[in-house]
Amino acid sequence: MSTITETSPAAAETSAAPEQEWHRPTYWPFVLPALIVVLAVIVFPWLFTIWMSFNEWKVGSPTTFVGFANYLRLPNDPRFVEAVGHTIVYTALSVILPLIFGTLAAVVFHQRFAGRGFLRGVFIMPMMATPVAIALVWTMMFHPQLGVLNYLLSLVGLPPQLWVFNPATVIPSLVLVETWQWTPLVMLIVLGGLAAIPTEPYESAEIDGAGFWQMFRYITLPLIMPFLFIAGMIRMIDAVKSFDIIFAITQGGPGSASETINLYLYSVAFVYYDLGYGSAIAVVFFLLIVLLAAVLLYLRKRMLWTEIGGGA
Amino acid sequence: MSPRRLMGRIGLWFSVFVIVSPAILFFLWMISLSLKYEIDNAAYPPVFIPEQFAWKNYTDVLASNRFLTYFFNSLIVTGGATLLAMLVGVPAGYGIARMAAHKSAIVILIARITPGLSYLIPLFLLFQWLGLLGTLVPQIIIHLVVTVPIVIWIMIGYFETTPLELEEAARIDGATRWQVFRHVALPIARPGLAVAFILAVIFSWNNFVFGIVLAGRETRTLPVAVYNMISFDQLSWGPLAAAALLVTFPVLLLTVFAQRQIVAGLTAGAVKGG
Repeated sequence: MSTITETSPAAAETSAAPEQEWHRPTYWPFVLPALIVVLAVIVFPWLFTIWMSFNEWKVGSPTTFVGFANYLRLPNDPRFVEAVGHTIVYTALSVILPLIFGTLAAVVFHQRFAGRGFLRGVFIMPMMATPVAIALVWTMMFHPQLGVLNYLLSLVGLPPQLWVFNPATVIPSLVLVETWQWTPLVMLIVLGGLAAIPTEPYESAEIDGAGFWQMFRYITLPLIMPFLFIAGMIRMIDAVKSFDIIFAITQGGPGSASETINLYLYSVAFVYYDLGYGSAIAVVFFLLIVLLAAVLLYLRKRMLWTEIGGGA
Repeated sequence: MSPRRLMGRIGLWFSVFVIVSPAILFFLWMISLSLKYEIDNAAYPPVFIPEQFAWKNYTDVLASNRFLTYFFNSLIVTGGATLLAMLVGVPAGYGIARMAAHKSAIVILIARITPGLSYLIPLFLLFQWLGLLGTLVPQIIIHLVVTVPIVIWIMIGYFETTPLELEEAARIDGATRWQVFRHVALPIARPGLAVAFILAVIFSWNNFVFGIVLAGRETRTLPVAVYNMISFDQLSWGPLAAAALLVTFPVLLLTVFAQRQIVAGLTAGAVKGG
């Protein structure tokens, strides 16, 4: 067994030096410009949004304070309720599928092979490419008559689909794009996790005659769990807010079949210019994301707890 | 090579092929669409490599002076927002790392969670009130929402790992705090600067949601301009695909050539704008 050195003595000495305490506050000038910018473009909009959500405000007419009226409108607004449902389905699928494919891809990219760096660069292109540009090409690929996807289906003997033009298949089709786009991010995070796994467990497992699948199930998967969790969290936050792809391909259609909260928020605020109500949606939307993140964190804690309990 | 190892190698290459092909095939199809005349694009079964390349699709897009206007708009907005973010974000990352003010990172986290649209309502009203809506200034400012958190987040991570000993030696030699930052800390953190710069550029360049609300006819950035092309000529796929490829080409080029920095930055903070 090798010994684990957590902090070198030299580092411990410097951080304990009394000078550290003395010069801490004087770093404020470095932070000040950024603080002003953050206050102006992040904090101010937030406070303003909260204040506006208590007002009735349509562009061109005066504002009136209405208390919680905007919030009370939400549960009785069928379009909003429907949008919440779409968002949940869209998000669940857009978290689970990239997690599965991203983990598989990470296992492959963890191996050594010629041109790995270059191919990894190619693999992450979908998530770096301009979303509107790729959305446009996907729109052409989804075309029921001329699209290449229906041609590919016909090659394997499947009937043609209406893809984003059918209310029943529009969300799965958009999730296909989202999965294609964001699987690379999951892959990168899990790849980081794989790199941190020591080789010893695999060596002893191999001696014990474990197969590839067994090693994956009982060694790799438990060890990369924390990374999968982070990836899932990030994916959740991004999928809930997904806008560019949906807006550019369907604008929430056909009808309102793919209208998520974010798209509805856009319509309310910048198509109907109902800014007070739009602000209320923005606040509720943000709280919903925080709530989702909190639930995930809670589940993670529970999971750790049962893992420890199961081991005892 | 033993037969078993050979099988393993073949299996590995097959997996690599399966995993990379959705990305490769997509971009090859994008190139194919952009190089075909309408007859080929409307053909069934689809034509992959046409007999005649429609280079005209590209020359048409580039020749329209609107495209150049939008290109320069994108350049100014992305350039402005990235440089401003570096200017305020790099010292801030340094200050936060040295003060060990980890709680301040919560603001960045909140910025990361907040949907981009919720910044738009108040800032839209503010810019309207200031009479700035016809200019590029609102877009540069609102893109800071994307670029500043990326830069600060990545720089905190970098400055936390750079050694303190050198800085303290410089302090003892009588250097001011600014000189220590400028001549000791900054040169060491150069790889971090590159990562922050590249990611800020990419996410600002790709941003779409701010533009659709804030951009007028003359102040559109490229993603917004391409989106507007969809609504106008639904049926001419060739020029549309060519325009889409031109818009995203700088980013793809950067991805392939700077993939090490991008991977480092994304796995460190896993930040994304918007």
